[in-house]
Amino acid sequence: MSLDSTDVQKIAHLARLEINDADIPEYTQNLSNILDLVDQMQLVDTANVEPLANPLDAVQRLRIDEVTETNQRDKLQTVAPAVELGLFQVPKVIE
Amino acid sequence: MFDKTLAELAKGLDAGDYSSVELTEAYLGRINAEDSRYNSFISVTEEQALAQAKAADAQRAAGNAGAFTGLPMAHKDIFCTEGVKTSCGSKMLDNFIAPYNATVVQKFNAAGAVCLGKTNMDEFAMGSSNENSFYGPARNPWNTDCVPGGSSGGSAVAVAARLTPAATGTDTGGSIRQPAALCGITGIKPTYGRVSRFGMIAFASSLDQGGPMTRTAEDAAMMLNVMAGFDPNDSTSLDREVPDYTADLSQPLKGLKIGLPKEYFSSELNPAIAASVEAAIKEFEALGATTKEISLPNTHLAVPAYYIIAPSEASSNLSRFDGVRYGHRCDDPVDLEDMYKRSRGEGFGDEVKRRIMVGTYALSEGFYDAYYKKAQQIRRLIRQDFIDALQEVDVIMGPTTPHPAFKLGEKTSNPIDMYMEDIFTLSLNLAGLPGMSVPCGNTEGLPIGLQIIGNYFAESKLLNVAHQFQQATDWHTKTPNGIAGEES
Repeated sequence: MSLDSTDVQKIAHLARLEINDADIPEYTQNLSNILDLVDQMQLVDTANVEPLANPLDAVQRLRIDEVTETNQRDKLQTVAPAVELGLFQVPKVIE
Repeated sequence: MFDKTLAELAKGLDAGDYSSVELTEAYLGRINAEDSRYNSFISVTEEQALAQAKAADAQRAAGNAGAFTGLPMAHKDIFCTEGVKTSCGSKMLDNFIAPYNATVVQKFNAAGAVCLGKTNMDEFAMGSSNENSFYGPARNPWNTDCVPGGSSGGSAVAVAARLTPAATGTDTGGSIRQPAALCGITGIKPTYGRVSRFGMIAFASSLDQGGPMTRTAEDAAMMLNVMAGFDPNDSTSLDREVPDYTADLSQPLKGLKIGLPKEYFSSELNPAIAASVEAAIKEFEALGATTKEISLPNTHLAVPAYYIIAPSEASSNLSRFDGVRYGHRCDDPVDLEDMYKRSRGEGFGDEVKRRIMVGTYALSEGFYDAYYKKAQQIRRLIRQDFIDALQEVDVIMGPTTPHPAFKLGEKTSNPIDMYMEDIFTLSLNLAGLPGMSVPCGNTEGLPIGLQIIGNYFAESKLLNVAHQFQQATDWHTKTPNGIAGEES
């Protein structure tokens, strides 16, 4: 499976990653090599094999829907890049 | 005192040979004097360590000391430590002061341990050489031109260089076992779900597992006694009884059935590693074990399946780093998308970006069945190989790595070369099984690791097998040149 630079730019956009134009050829080469490596999987017949998501086949543990956490907003926002009045600040999204 | 194990240091504390404050000051002094050669610590938490040591001494004086009270150790910088920088080896989190403790950190604090600092690692635990750290690579104390392995490279180096008697690590595809092998120390990756992942920064959530990195199996058992256990804050934590991992260390190995997978002993295996592993197996036979050739026929599919599953989960987990709530934010974003893209583009290193892109691609519309679903089906086949084999034998043994430590820069230009270094370790993460690495030899001055694989929840058995080996051999006591004899 070989990718071209347009594919890589599209993937980078989907992943919201800025990649310098100068680095695109190297990413294209490396990602193509990785996809070649994983393509060995396609030679295996897995028609009747159930996918395995959790190695112990564990299912999601449930709990009663009740409040268990206290409000730690101020503490948790000490590590935020920009905060005002208890809100996370981001660039304007609505004109 | 730097050559003493945790168990020996605990006896010294009990006997009053030294206080925890004296021990902590000695280790902090050694880190400050020596670590510029190894770069194994990202942060040294001197003030907190001394405060913890004082509290531990007070607890001991009051007659309330537990097995771990006052013992120094270090945490991999992937575990959140309240009030202390938790970088995960990334520029993205270079400014991140964790607002809470990981469960593992909380457990060590509650046990009275003294945390000396936070150890170096590959960025977001992605790597097998520690060269992907934003803080520069940690260096192998056996040869500082060589890598220590990764991703828990700093923890392995700090233990091997006697800068700490023990450290925590995490293992997603071999990140405890491979650096343990390359640095000549002991490491165990427990069964998936044994050790809480809460506050352990996520890489691939269905594979990640924390564990001890120590000089001996006995010390690993002492650490696992602190680390293991159910945690309601981790959705995949196992609600099962935790045994005393030190209880069975002395069980004799007579009658132990060892499986030797023929796929792990191919003609391509480094001859020195093959010879050391074979010699170790002879030692087990002398201890009364029997061996049997087994087959794990899907071994060759572990690397391909892993490099879909791990990047896919990583691409999802690392989407949280968006410059909004924590971590790096770019300067002067023009709009939200610009902020996401530049914050992530600037904050992540190359390997992390590669894996996020592979995962994004594998999970994108139209490719899911061919990649993610296929990899999960192969994951089941790989697990079944182990389940079948472990019906016939008690443990499986083989090399931990295909090569000894390689030179810095040797494998950085080709990611695939690097990925192949984990060929023997990552199938266990896919299967969720526990595995250990113990030192079993040396080639051209570099250590060799023996991997011991057990059934689900068989950590006690692995530690027993490793401890008996360490009673009969002295590979685990070997010290890198320039480190032996530096007694205080």
